[in-house]
Amino acid sequence: MIKIEGLHKSYPIGKDSLHVLKGLDLHIKEGEFVSIMGSSGSGKSTLLNIVGLLDTHDEGNYFLNGQLIQNLNEKKAAVLRNKFLGFVFQSFNLISYKTALENVALPLYYKGMGRKERLKIAQEYLEKVELGPWANHLPNELSGGQKQRVAIARALVTNPKVILADEPTGALDSKTTDSVMDLLKGINDEGMTVFVITHEEDVAEQTNRIVRLKDGVIISDEYTKAGKLKTVK
Amino acid sequence: MFKFLFDSDTWQEIYGGIRKNKTRTIITIIGVLWGIFLLVVLLGAARGMENNFKNLFGDFATNSVFMWAQRTDKPFKGFQEGRRIRLTTKDIEVLKSEFKDIKYLAPRSQTSTNIINGFKTGEFSISGDYPVLDKVQKKDLIYGRFINENDITNKSKVIVIEETAYKQLFEKNEFPIGQYVIADNINYKVVGVYKRGNIGIDGDAAYIPFTTFQQIYNRGNYIDWMMVTGDTGVDIKQLESDIKLTLKNLHKVDPEDNRAFGSFNLAVQINKVTGFLTGMQFLTWFVGIATLIAGVFAIGNILLITVKERTKEIGIRRALGATPIEIRQQVVLESVFLTTVAGMLGIVFGGLILFLIDTTLGSGPDPTLLNPTVNIPIILFAFFILVVLGTLIGLIPAYMATLVKPIEALREE
Repeated sequence: MIKIEGLHKSYPIGKDSLHVLKGLDLHIKEGEFVSIMGSSGSGKSTLLNIVGLLDTHDEGNYFLNGQLIQNLNEKKAAVLRNKFLGFVFQSFNLISYKTALENVALPLYYKGMGRKERLKIAQEYLEKVELGPWANHLPNELSGGQKQRVAIARALVTNPKVILADEPTGALDSKTTDSVMDLLKGINDEGMTVFVITHEEDVAEQTNRIVRLKDGVIISDEYTKAGKLKTVK
Repeated sequence: MFKFLFDSDTWQEIYGGIRKNKTRTIITIIGVLWGIFLLVVLLGAARGMENNFKNLFGDFATNSVFMWAQRTDKPFKGFQEGRRIRLTTKDIEVLKSEFKDIKYLAPRSQTSTNIINGFKTGEFSISGDYPVLDKVQKKDLIYGRFINENDITNKSKVIVIEETAYKQLFEKNEFPIGQYVIADNINYKVVGVYKRGNIGIDGDAAYIPFTTFQQIYNRGNYIDWMMVTGDTGVDIKQLESDIKLTLKNLHKVDPEDNRAFGSFNLAVQINKVTGFLTGMQFLTWFVGIATLIAGVFAIGNILLITVKERTKEIGIRRALGATPIEIRQQVVLESVFLTTVAGMLGIVFGGLILFLIDTTLGSGPDPTLLNPTVNIPIILFAFFILVVLGTLIGLIPAYMATLVKPIEALREE
């Protein structure tokens, strides 16, 4: 699903440039539940941005769903994001003046779907994250866990190939963290590829495969207990 | 391409964006509203002044010049300077045949006398005139008629008096037509009563036929002065100097003599005022459009600020699959929508103010502003300009909105 070969990325800082990713190789197959671990500055967010087509890479190849990603203009990137990727952010990034339902329906709007149809689908996904009764609430009327579930519903609504979650539990307490992780696990069980970035060990433990990044290189890439169980299955 | 314009979702998004930024929305609307409001009110007021002015001269042929004879100030052909010149009816005949672009030519003789009706009496100026005077300065008749050609041919002893004279000489509501008044021991039959216009060059004069006047006051061929009206489009200033030259020739006056013939060019005087009004109108447009542009710039400015504030929202939208064009469309449409709404409100408020002005200042016998109105095409034009400016100015923040990469927009604070 996601295949990265010799990926390099550096950011210019004044006259110098900061080499963030130093030749990453990573292959994530369809249906995997992968977490990227690393301290801040390890390059994990940069990796997610590149995988999420929010940023471009300097060197190396990136295949998304078998398609080589290169020379993307903003428009193509937007279409690909809408088609293949669902984002979940640490700070939820819900649009504050739209209700939970409208927030979930927004990606479908950019897909060009009619209002009635997309609200119906959005409602289904809200039910799926158990927020059906909260459909007409504004984000500031929801708790952190609820907001993140709305965000997950929004990421799922276009039925993407990959869910990219950037510190999805970073702003949540441990109880809601578990419920969000359970939700992601459930999604993964349905066959969705889930790609989580985190610095919390116990969050990473709940995924099937942990990739550890340090200073722009992968230092380890191994399956967790659950992951081993699953591959055996 | 314009499909998105008719998409209810597009408007839903814009409505959401506008509702969210209430303060911004209100401030922007006020900015543009004020601009177009000023434009409408100023244009209306200028129009009102112009209308009032036109009304003032409404019953007067404005393309006119008044001329009279004085004393020469140069010796010529054996005549000494200081010779008194007098205009004659013969001059009138010559001018009439020489100048084809004279529309009306009214020779006039005037004096002042007591008019008596029984025990009532009053001093009035009395003027000998041709029916053509009614054409140069339309007489607003309350009773009867003005002097006609028959009166001229028959040298009839008929008189047309002014309303003031009527009030002074007759009982209230007394029917004056057919009654006789006495002036300088001559009985005149009253044939008309007129109401003085806004500009009365003769004051409250009473009119009798020109031929009658010349005979009774023993004027022979001599006239006091004349009123010349040019055809529409004739350069009245040129006509004035041409006529003077002809008159100088007829009366053997040095062509360089500047004193022999005096004149008052009404058209030139009016043009001065009309020029002022044109200047006012220009000023109005200038101020109005400048304010409008300032308003539109305010919209652009505020949109730019809100685009910066909304960087994150725009980043989210783009992460969810919004293409840069879709983002731009939204920002531009917001700008256009705001200017349009503000423009319409401004026009409506401006119209209301003009209506108020009309009902307060515009009514009564002597209104300050008459019919303060603005032409619909002018308003549509201003509105069109406004929408175009709104679009153009919206392009800047729209461009800025897509300049920020979604990754930067989403970066955690």
